[in-house]
Amino acid sequence: MSTQDNRIVRATAPERVNHWLVAILFVLAALGGLALFHPFFFWFTNLFGSPTWARIAHPFIGALLFFVFLRLAARWAGDCRLTDDDRQWLRQIYDVIGKHEEKLPEAGRFNAGQKCLFWFQLFALCLLLVTGVVIWRPWFAPSFSIPIIRVAVVAHGVTAFLFVAAILVHIYAAFWVKGSIKGMTTGWVTRAWAKKFHPGWYRQVSGGK
Amino acid sequence: MALQSLDIIRRSATTTPPPGVRQTEKLAKLIDISKCIGCKACQVACMEWNDTRDAIGHNHGVLDDPMDLTENSWTVMRYSEVETDRGLEWLIRKDGCMHCADPGCLKACPAPGAIVQYSNGIVDFHEENCIGCGYCITGCPFNIPRLSKKDSKVYKCTLCADRVAVGLEPACVKTCPTGAIVFGTKEKMIQHAEERLVDLKERGYAHAGLYNPKGVGGTHVMYVLPHADAPSLYHGLPDEPKIDFWVAFWKGAAKPIGNWLLGLVAFAAFLHYITVGPNEADEANDKEPEHAGGKP
Repeated sequence: MSTQDNRIVRATAPERVNHWLVAILFVLAALGGLALFHPFFFWFTNLFGSPTWARIAHPFIGALLFFVFLRLAARWAGDCRLTDDDRQWLRQIYDVIGKHEEKLPEAGRFNAGQKCLFWFQLFALCLLLVTGVVIWRPWFAPSFSIPIIRVAVVAHGVTAFLFVAAILVHIYAAFWVKGSIKGMTTGWVTRAWAKKFHPGWYRQVSGGK
Repeated sequence: MALQSLDIIRRSATTTPPPGVRQTEKLAKLIDISKCIGCKACQVACMEWNDTRDAIGHNHGVLDDPMDLTENSWTVMRYSEVETDRGLEWLIRKDGCMHCADPGCLKACPAPGAIVQYSNGIVDFHEENCIGCGYCITGCPFNIPRLSKKDSKVYKCTLCADRVAVGLEPACVKTCPTGAIVFGTKEKMIQHAEERLVDLKERGYAHAGLYNPKGVGGTHVMYVLPHADAPSLYHGLPDEPKIDFWVAFWKGAAKPIGNWLLGLVAFAAFLHYITVGPNEADEANDKEPEHAGGKP
């Protein structure tokens, strides 16, 4: 991490590429999944060429998403360990959404919300991969009994909905905290941004104050 | 298979009424197991009429051939040797789609119009709308639909919807040499079954009964079972079939809950932004530490 003028590197180029690959694959997987979940979203299948193509593509996109996320997880798992400060941060969630950062324990590179999202995603993607394989036709589903497929398809759907809800929160938070999206698109954030939202990380990368 | 018709009462993955100005009588096929001799003429007639051909298989040492339903064999004879209170019995059941009044396949199907139910009770697949996801296999309480390895579409008995639409009986009914399969209005078929049950009970089948399971709203293919107290004797015919709990939840409550969840999250975010406002760092007052600190 280096500082230059009043800017700080928030995400390196490989991290940004990895993050956005995950994001694109997630959006595609979510669109295809929602299309098969409710008739209201069925028109999403046309984004993939045809309904049948959407069905064919969805599991491949999902499997790719899993592995691309694993690479991201390898990059960030160390920075996502939950601490006592994080637990306190979560207890003060009303201060978080009320913009009272000054009352919160110092956030490190990632705040407790980001860390929770990270671990939830890792867990959810594992579950989605396992249940997705069980219901994946024509390749794997015939190897499983129909009662198992029934449970897997519900587990897949419930997990996916929680995942989409969590990502909606993630996207909103990035939009809400001004400067965050720039951090992930250009890689740079301002020093003021770092001090306000990730003071622990700021002290680390600025070497003291 | 596709047929333009105006008597559709249910259409998969469709939330508005399907074209249904034409109403027909409820029809049913009745398979009298006590009259079936297991000749497989119905299997042959089914392939003939629908022009499907299964691959030549292997001899498994039993009469079942093929060993299971396939995308080409929409009906197969199931042979079971079982011990009952009458000694060793050879039970033969013509397996195939039951045409449930409450069809689990149609409920599970995510592709609009890939599965329809006509007002006469026939549940039909429209393969040109099928996307090959296999959800119907997951939803069916009788394990009937089969996914084709060739085209990844599902196939099953149509109850000869094309023949029935022009006033003919299904091919299997037409060909059955013993009259074990009969076809007509559901009401008449139930009456016919009751007459058969009187006969069977006289012959000592105390538990003879009609298989028209209420758990799926009744079926438009019904069996006269000599041992109706234990349908599973007949090669695992479900004793109490119904749409599985998980399937009912997945295609029932989960849909509105899921959509509301996403809608509420999005709405909460909107409200938050409009009331609390954006969270911005104070860039203007950040000059100080730079002068004091002397960072590069």
